[in-house]
Amino acid sequence: MTRSRLFDLLLPGLVVVVSAVALLLLAGTNPWDPIRLIVEGSIGWPPFGAGSSAKVGDTVMVWVPIALASAGLIVTFAAGMWNIGIEGQIIMGAIAAAFVAREVTAPRPLLILLTIVAGAVGGLLWGLLVGLLRTVGGVNEIFGGLGLDFVAISLTTYLIIDPWARTGVASTSGTDVFADAAILPSLAGSRLSPLAVVIALLAIAGVWLLFRGTLYGLKLKAVGANRPSAFLLGIPTNRFLLGAFMICGALAGIAGTSQATGFHFKLIPSISGNYGFLAILVVLLARFRAFWVIPISFFFAMIAVGSSQLDLRLDVNSTLGGVLQGVLVLSAMFGLGWAGLRVQRRMAEEEAST
Amino acid sequence: MSLELRDIHKHYGPVRANDGISITVEAGTLHGLLGENGAGKSTLMKVLSGFHSADSGEIVLDGNHIKLASPDDAIAAGIGMLHQDPLVFLPFSAIDNFVLGSPGSTRLDRTEAATEFVELCDRYGFNIDPDVPARLLTVGERQQLEIVRLLWLGARVLILDEPTTGISADQRAKLFVTLKALAEEGMSVIFVSHKLEEVADLCERVTVMTRGKVVGEADLPIAPERLVEMMFGQAIEVKDRINVELGTPQLSLADVRTASGLLSDEPISLDVQAGEVIGLAGMEGSGQDTFLRICAGMRSTKTGSVSIGGQDLTSNHYRDFLAADLKYLPAGRLEEGLIEGLTITEHFVLAGDDRSFFIDWSKARRRAEAQVDHFTIKGTEASTAESLSGGNQQRLLLAMLPADLTVLLMEHPTRGLDIESADWVWEQLLARREAGTAIVFASADLDELLRYSDRILVFFSGRVLGELDANATNVDEIGLLIGGRTEESGAET
Repeated sequence: MTRSRLFDLLLPGLVVVVSAVALLLLAGTNPWDPIRLIVEGSIGWPPFGAGSSAKVGDTVMVWVPIALASAGLIVTFAAGMWNIGIEGQIIMGAIAAAFVAREVTAPRPLLILLTIVAGAVGGLLWGLLVGLLRTVGGVNEIFGGLGLDFVAISLTTYLIIDPWARTGVASTSGTDVFADAAILPSLAGSRLSPLAVVIALLAIAGVWLLFRGTLYGLKLKAVGANRPSAFLLGIPTNRFLLGAFMICGALAGIAGTSQATGFHFKLIPSISGNYGFLAILVVLLARFRAFWVIPISFFFAMIAVGSSQLDLRLDVNSTLGGVLQGVLVLSAMFGLGWAGLRVQRRMAEEEAST
Repeated sequence: MSLELRDIHKHYGPVRANDGISITVEAGTLHGLLGENGAGKSTLMKVLSGFHSADSGEIVLDGNHIKLASPDDAIAAGIGMLHQDPLVFLPFSAIDNFVLGSPGSTRLDRTEAATEFVELCDRYGFNIDPDVPARLLTVGERQQLEIVRLLWLGARVLILDEPTTGISADQRAKLFVTLKALAEEGMSVIFVSHKLEEVADLCERVTVMTRGKVVGEADLPIAPERLVEMMFGQAIEVKDRINVELGTPQLSLADVRTASGLLSDEPISLDVQAGEVIGLAGMEGSGQDTFLRICAGMRSTKTGSVSIGGQDLTSNHYRDFLAADLKYLPAGRLEEGLIEGLTITEHFVLAGDDRSFFIDWSKARRRAEAQVDHFTIKGTEASTAESLSGGNQQRLLLAMLPADLTVLLMEHPTRGLDIESADWVWEQLLARREAGTAIVFASADLDELLRYSDRILVFFSGRVLGELDANATNVDEIGLLIGGRTEESGAET
């Protein structure tokens, strides 16, 4: 490996570290303290040490929806679609799960299963709607998705202040807490639900398998890479686009279920936590490879949970966490793109010299 | 202003879009640049207008060597380009469009500019209100706007890239009058077109390009069949035609007509029998593409019926045509055929008939390896489609065809291929033919059409102008028809 090649390989990481340090210096702190606080606030210090189980539980339960949404987005990205509607799909999943949790009485295992299925169906239908707008109505999926996001957000607010309002209180802080039977079973003293973690891991493995070993996944990839060619090969391209939106919507809907019955235990206005948008960044950073979603989502979950400590301890606004996430992603993508261009240019030069 | 291009080379990867082009355009002449799509005309004009820089070669303007790094440089040197789609900002008014490209960035005097705009328009007989939004102008008027804009910026060489696409006959006549007037004033006008009759009408001299090279130059007027010959190549006398016993009709069109546009004038009827080869001739865009899409069930028709293998599939979905063992291979191998980013193995899996949900990759790889070997594709089973050369992409496409085919439709089966690959392609097609496949192909190569077709349909301006028996026709007859002239009509255009 020549020196310039090694440089290209390290370039993205270098750009990320330089931008992060620069940002933290600009925010008026030394770079080390916030990073330590974020780690401490999310998984404890030393990491995973004694007394950190509640924090770890929270971080894992933030990881679950980000990872699920990311797994779904890999499918829509492979089909060549920008599923900005993922937020709405998470929210509709949460609403559907909340409906079941509120209205259905059943033994606990059955009720939990029903909330998960309801969440998946809610997200699936909302995703299907984006797909139908696109394939039948010719509405670009970015605009259709964004529009449906707003509809879902407003619907949540409406449900919380009107039909599902807490008895005697008109408040946007959320519905009544669900009955215990509907809550995802968790480890003692923490929100961590092994069931949710298993589902998220299964989803990631499933998406990996879909593109690694199935004809359906290969066809989806073909539709995403070149629709006219795929059509000429006899692949029903519209049906595959709808399929991608439904798969993604279902996974996002389960993410919504986890938010409702595994983290907040009720429906709140910002139930999605913007994890859908965050998942878009995760997938771009993971470059559409399923297993990279696991660590990258966890990293994002750590920042999301850990940054809440910043203003208490450092006199730095906790929104710095969000800024940090954005800067890290942009600088990583910039670094990757820059390195990619350098590699391309070198290959072109090598070709010209032969 | 006289212009000289010397030995211009422009390559895109392995594609030699311009391969040593030298052209001289005298001051005050209307110079035609003629060639089929993909001949390299647009690339050359983009080099000349500073849009692309050439890999090597010189541009000499009135004896001075000039370097063009951007369209800005080109217009400063006096070279103005009228693009195929006029570069007009539709929401802006005519006058805003007019001043948009002018140098400087702070001073904007619309009134002064408008006076000059109206003066220029008057001079050439244009009638454009400076305040009208450009979106309300016709395509012809947008061209006029572009022309006066370029003149105002000081263009002394005017390049027009396929300017007659999408404008009415009246506007075309007006455009031609303007261009002639400009030439008389001493401007050099380069008229780029693949429409032979327009070049013959308008220009005083013509340069013909094919496959990135200049293949002929002539003063006009000249017999149109000479131009056709330059564009399509001298047809070699047909030899070694294998006659195959023809079977039942596999592709039948009866009174087919589209609702509007190409092929909407006269109904077309055609039966193609098993083992028969039909060639489609004509200038690019004369309706061959529409015809093939009708045959493939990808273009709806207003009247008539389409049958494949004896099955009436009129207004059925394309997938029903596929199910009737029809295949359509358009010209864009990487745009409508192969899938960038996917490997050869993945292509064979997609095209194969194994429908099981899980892919057996080791089996798929073994089969792909065998196919790569059998079809002598230069690459491995893990090569991506875009890494293959044009010839090998065509080999892959042919290798992906199912074993049994009733009808095979192809556009430009050998365009851009070296002789070895081209011969190989036809070996494959003739083998298909002997197995009873009906083949319909469009080509811009007269030799290919005459050598391999049983019958040739000649398209002109959106209709079928003639159906010829390939054994009984010759290059002159086809040339006349391609140029839009029939025996009876004499000089019809």
